[in-house]
Amino acid sequence: MQKSRVSGTPYIDNLVARRRKARLFRTLCAGVTWLGVVLLGLLLYQAGVDGIKWLDWQFLSSFPSRFPEKSGIKSALFGTLWLIALIAIISIPISVATALYLQEFSSKGRISRLIELNISNLAGVPSIVYGIIGLAIFVRGFQLERSLISGALTMSLLISPVIIIASREAIKSVPVNIRHAAYALGATRWQTSWSHVLPAAFPGILTGVILALSRAIGETAPLIMIGALTYVAFLPAGPMDAFTALPIQIFNWVSRPQQEFHELAAAAIIVLLAVLLVMNAAAIYIRHKSEQKLK
Amino acid sequence: MTSMTHPEQGSESKHISIAEPSILDLQNVTISYSGKAAVRNVSFPIAEHKITSIIGPSGCGKSTLLRALNRMNDFVDDVSLEGTISYLGENLYGKDIDPVTLRRRIGMVFQKPNPFPKSIYRNVSWGPQINGYKQPLDDLVEHSLVQAALWNEVKDRLHESALSLSGGQQQRLCIARALAMSPDILLMDEPCSALDPISTSHIEDLLFELKSQYTIVIVTHNMQQAARASDYTAFLEMGMLIEFGATKQMFTVPRQKRTEEYVTGRFG
Ligand SMILES: Nc1ncnc2c1ncn2[C@@H]1O[C@H](COP(=O)(O)OP(=O)(O)OP(=O)(O)O)[C@@H](O)[C@H]1O
Ligand SMILES: [Mg+2]
Repeated sequence: MQKSRVSGTPYIDNLVARRRKARLFRTLCAGVTWLGVVLLGLLLYQAGVDGIKWLDWQFLSSFPSRFPEKSGIKSALFGTLWLIALIAIISIPISVATALYLQEFSSKGRISRLIELNISNLAGVPSIVYGIIGLAIFVRGFQLERSLISGALTMSLLISPVIIIASREAIKSVPVNIRHAAYALGATRWQTSWSHVLPAAFPGILTGVILALSRAIGETAPLIMIGALTYVAFLPAGPMDAFTALPIQIFNWVSRPQQEFHELAAAAIIVLLAVLLVMNAAAIYIRHKSEQKLK
Repeated sequence: MTSMTHPEQGSESKHISIAEPSILDLQNVTISYSGKAAVRNVSFPIAEHKITSIIGPSGCGKSTLLRALNRMNDFVDDVSLEGTISYLGENLYGKDIDPVTLRRRIGMVFQKPNPFPKSIYRNVSWGPQINGYKQPLDDLVEHSLVQAALWNEVKDRLHESALSLSGGQQQRLCIARALAMSPDILLMDEPCSALDPISTSHIEDLLFELKSQYTIVIVTHNMQQAARASDYTAFLEMGMLIEFGATKQMFTVPRQKRTEEYVTGRFG
């Protein structure tokens, strides 16, 4: 540490030490970031090496089979796509509406704090517990059987807290003076929310939605719990049909003894990751577009 | 602190009378945040189709008072109002007043520019649209922007984002947005604080023009502006009304010593 050259100032010019600290911190952060990237890379590499040779049209367009060469993920892929669509349709409106209500409309009293606390807790409940709830309520209670809709409803329960929390944060971060501008023009709360708050919060909400949906399509435990099938040789025609999904197919193949099936699982993992990637890319694109509009 | 005497305790009568009919009437208005009074026992009328300026040092409660006039304080947590404000004889805080309808008729321009993150056009057209304006919006948008002395700068980029405007342009956009609603009363909280002298004089010209149709209440730190533009002036200090009267009289022969010190800049 040097004394400042400008004598008489009460500052100690420890710029060198401060810069060193900043550099150290940056290196540390970069290191941790790259560690994550490298681990992901290794994982992808492993799956790629094992699975890539199985990845062809035949694999995508065949139903599962006892014979690895004839086996494919047609039903699992369709099941997963069905699930994503149904989960999105069910959970997004409910969760965003809940977030909007809690943040913009409800009085900030004890009850709303209690609800808030409970939602945060729900976001941390293990997924298997949601599976049990889904089994009891949707499969048995509502007699929806082991259908896509049972799975989608269960998964929606699972991810709604995550979407609600993310949406609330996004809504909260919309500057309050935008609301005031709208109110001062004689807008109602609803008009203000719909025209200004929601559009401004949209990028944040979308991020939450995509994170939550990504989690949902990778979840296996709740689907097994509600009894999604592991061997499905038909395509679901509607939400009431039985189904399987990619993670279940992967789980099923991994638990077989033959090496070929392990490689099929690796190929299915690549497909699952590709689905995730497409979803995320779409989200980034939409978010970018909407942010451009806000600028 | 003898000069701090409240006018009501001094020589001024309790009911300050003005020549014109009043559109708003404040009676013993006290506004508190969490029990702490920011405006204390203020009474004065606001004359219809005139410009009333509110002056006073920073933090004296000008914005608080202004926000009470179109019930924007409703959105602040834990704020309470005592006394009455009547709007054309009706209690502004009465049960049968709908604050949403009220704000349509009493518009506001805020201290900090707050355009919507939308196009310039949408900023102006949104208010009239949600309130069921039936005539062509294009004309209204143009007219409002012309009034706010912004049209020439934005006429070729109406569909660009309002956030691409400079701070002063944004403030004029906010003025245009408020004007598009053709309110009875326009509340302006230091509308010119971010503007250059030229735009400021545009806005002052605008105020004169608008006077025939609108009642304007303007908060300002600019003594020249208050003296030039307004018909009546209210001088607040620490939440109290020190003096209210015709602007000309306030700036030439103020009744209170504090007023004189403040308007001549010998304030301390
Ligand atoms: N939302 C609020 N919550 C609590 N106190 C507030 C709030 N807004 C203003 N106050 C307090 O009320 C007093 C008056 O504030 P106000 O904003 O009305 O002053 P002002 O006269 O407009 O000042 P300026 O000229 O700086 O804008 C201040 O002491 C301020 O701290
Ligand atoms: Mg203010």
